[in-house]
Amino acid sequence: MGRPSDIPVWRHIGEAPCPPSGQERVTIAIVGAGPVGLAMALEFGRRGHQVLLLNRPDFISAGSKAICFSKRSLDIFDRLGVGDAIVEKGVSWNVGKVFWGDRPDPVYQFDMLPVKEQKRPGFLNIPQYHVEDILFDAASTLSSIDMRFGHEVTNVLPDDDGVDLEVRTSLNSYKVRADWVIACDGSRSPIRSMLGLEFEGRIFEDNFLIADIRMKGDHPSERWFWFDPPFNPGQSALMHKQPDDIWRLDFQLGWNIDRKAAVAPENVEPLVRAMLGPDVEFSREWYSIYTFQCRRIERFLHGHVIFAGDSAHLVSPFGARGCNGGFADIDNLGWKLDLILRGEAPASFLETYDEEAIVTADENIRNSTRSTDFITPKSETSRAFRDAVLELAQDFPFARPFVNSGRLSTAISYPDSGINTPDMDRWVGGVAPGSPVIDVPIGNRWLLDRLGNRFVVLADGWQGPAPDGVEIIDVGIAAETLQLIRRRFDFSPGAACLIRPDQYVAARWRTPTPALVSDALRRARGLA
Amino acid sequence: MNKLPVTPNLSPSSVDDVYHWLVNAHEGLSDAESMRFNARLILLLVNAIGDPQLIREAIHYAARTRKSET
Repeated sequence: MGRPSDIPVWRHIGEAPCPPSGQERVTIAIVGAGPVGLAMALEFGRRGHQVLLLNRPDFISAGSKAICFSKRSLDIFDRLGVGDAIVEKGVSWNVGKVFWGDRPDPVYQFDMLPVKEQKRPGFLNIPQYHVEDILFDAASTLSSIDMRFGHEVTNVLPDDDGVDLEVRTSLNSYKVRADWVIACDGSRSPIRSMLGLEFEGRIFEDNFLIADIRMKGDHPSERWFWFDPPFNPGQSALMHKQPDDIWRLDFQLGWNIDRKAAVAPENVEPLVRAMLGPDVEFSREWYSIYTFQCRRIERFLHGHVIFAGDSAHLVSPFGARGCNGGFADIDNLGWKLDLILRGEAPASFLETYDEEAIVTADENIRNSTRSTDFITPKSETSRAFRDAVLELAQDFPFARPFVNSGRLSTAISYPDSGINTPDMDRWVGGVAPGSPVIDVPIGNRWLLDRLGNRFVVLADGWQGPAPDGVEIIDVGIAAETLQLIRRRFDFSPGAACLIRPDQYVAARWRTPTPALVSDALRRARGLA
Repeated sequence: MNKLPVTPNLSPSSVDDVYHWLVNAHEGLSDAESMRFNARLILLLVNAIGDPQLIREAIHYAARTRKSET
């Protein structure tokens, strides 16, 4: 398959050879090798399933895409075995500051890791192509994953038991039969179009300029956001540090602009100099204009075709909820489809992916839409409220939490999920069913590392027996952090919780019994 | 619903004062300044009420009054 000529190349992979003739059969075909598709392949490959990953371009693309990866995504990378490689390459940060006009002090600031003593930072900045590089290299080491770049899916024919795919390369066409197809083929998803699925939502009339520049700077590793700064009057701006002396500058430009002229260096560079000072030395990495939309498909599950990532939902970039939302999808889907493939859960269990991933997508869309409405007020009244918040925030602490420059991505809870076992005891805080476990040091390791990607009972002295194949981890091994763990989980001696493979709590008890734990496990596997 | 007081909650002797303060605060302001003043005032009061359901109820009643006028 030829190279879409307008996409810049980060790393050439090359067109994979076509398979030998005859009908090929695979368990899982993943379409699209962006970060979400690659991570999905790694998830199934590491669980021992045979995966075919098809990608239309024969390269990893450069250019400016996702850069902000949430703590939750870093936790997922850890479970995929690539956490350290990604964190070593990126720039960690926790603090965001919001400035208004020419005021030197922030009107508001926030900390993305309010609960300390966790392995990973609140956020990591790293360009998407580095993440793809690391995921690609990890996937390359597994014989269970067959990656074919330069292979374009041209037709998708689902039936009751699986999916026939037609695939084209520059040389040939062939057919593959897959038990399951996962469409990670991005916002313009060809699979979505081939199935004729609607992608409902809202378009925002605003243009933003991304200027990724290379410069030596001593700016701290923090997210800085401006409302109405002197260097971009009446608009907003954002600055992020990336690795290798690259900085992401983001300028709101408004709707009626000449988009081609706006990315011309002679128009970008005065903006950069106005922001960073007239004498700043920098070189251009990437200039582009983006607009955005908030959309999602009605269902993520269409028989044996499953949607994940941008093919299923799109959000505005404020809040870093795009790529991180995609990782939430694959994390939710991975263990569920794994159980189905092992015959330990019924195929209908995937309905809970549809249910929980849509809760996540809707919360991401709701948050990013609200941020956008604050950043780009749609009426005079809306602007008056926005400016009133900023004015009050300078003098009155109550107004500061109203300042919305993006509510940054964190793990989303499913309190109403049908696979939770509702609390029957009294709890004050802690981690409720349907919420993600909070990391904490335990012994000489981190709790999330210990949990891994299987069902685990975390117990405060409860001896079990736990159901077959489920390990009990006793918080007693924590020694000096025992009280910290008890506070974070609201545990009392004798208590326990059942934790899902994606590290969400499924159930908890003050006084568990083997029968209660076993029932909760059945429910969490879609068997109750 | 029906948590928001809609019967007199200020003493009869103070309502004229309060009304005067509200209107008087806008003296000399342009429409845009007035709009922003009102926004600041609403935000201060909303925080003082401190109960999202009460605020929602107030918004509901305010919207209903507007409808009956048009």
